[in-house]
Amino acid sequence: MATEMEAAQGADAAAHGGEAGGLVFHPMDQFIVKPLFGHGEVGLFTITNVTLWMLIAILGIVAMMVLGTSRRAVIPSRAQSVAELVYGFIYKMVEDVTGKEGLRYFPYIITLFLFIVFANFLGLIPMSFTVTSHFAVTVVLALAVFVGVTALGFIKNGKSFLSLFWVSSAPLALRPILAVIEVISYFVRPVSHSIRLAGNLMAGHAVIKVFAGFAALAVVSPLSIVAITAMYGLEVMVALIQAYVFTILTCVYLKDALHPHH
Amino acid sequence: MEGQLAHIGAGIAGLGTGLAALGVGNVAANFLSGALRNPSAAASQTATLFIGIAFAEALGIFSFLIALLLMFAV
Repeated sequence: MATEMEAAQGADAAAHGGEAGGLVFHPMDQFIVKPLFGHGEVGLFTITNVTLWMLIAILGIVAMMVLGTSRRAVIPSRAQSVAELVYGFIYKMVEDVTGKEGLRYFPYIITLFLFIVFANFLGLIPMSFTVTSHFAVTVVLALAVFVGVTALGFIKNGKSFLSLFWVSSAPLALRPILAVIEVISYFVRPVSHSIRLAGNLMAGHAVIKVFAGFAALAVVSPLSIVAITAMYGLEVMVALIQAYVFTILTCVYLKDALHPHH
Repeated sequence: MEGQLAHIGAGIAGLGTGLAALGVGNVAANFLSGALRNPSAAASQTATLFIGIAFAEALGIFSFLIALLLMFAV
């Protein structure tokens, strides 16, 4: 009986949905940047939902890393062991990829990792805002890495940093062609670095919202709940993996700047 | 008409992301077959795995970018 009624309602909703023209909301609506106070335009210094969620991410990092480790117990509490685990994981990664010299830049790399991880995971809270799904945010992160690493390469190695583009292990005739390719791939780095992060986050969240839009039809709503749950699980994994990939690529670029010789 | 052509182009560019998925799958599959042959060496190579995946994915990201440009910028 109940199923019959549900089916009837579903057909009704389907007919209604057909009239209204499909989705009730647009899947990309979740990425709109809105001012927190009032409805004015978004200017340079407007406090928006992006600002709010960045602030929450930073407060979360401070709570975990500063407050969590403030007691410095020999037998760590839960918060302290999480903080120590993250610290040790990133420390080992920097040491493995860039070597001992790279450890001077460890504070910057762990800052990047923690910010991206917190922004990604806060974005998974329903009704929240994913800061890292915006190209504007990730492009700034990637450009900071690119400019910083390039400057560092020239400061550390001087002109010999350019040997990064001169593949000395290749035959002499091939080297100019390879140099052109190397230069292009060097300047394309910030593009792929930033768009990988934002694209993955944005696409995942948009897919979840598309499935949520299907739930308006009662007939397919159980299926869409299953699909949302599965996508959510995938997104939890993607949130961590993309932060890891961003950080490890930063380490690789740093290694190239410190040791440019092939 | 031109807008419609741009949308068709965006769809074709979307093929590139699928091809990048093939590349990423290739990297992961080869890593797995190597890791099963020599499990003790696998743990030390996960960083290399992710770097390889990231580079294989990069070109798929460019086609995704081109699709986005065709959808919203042309």
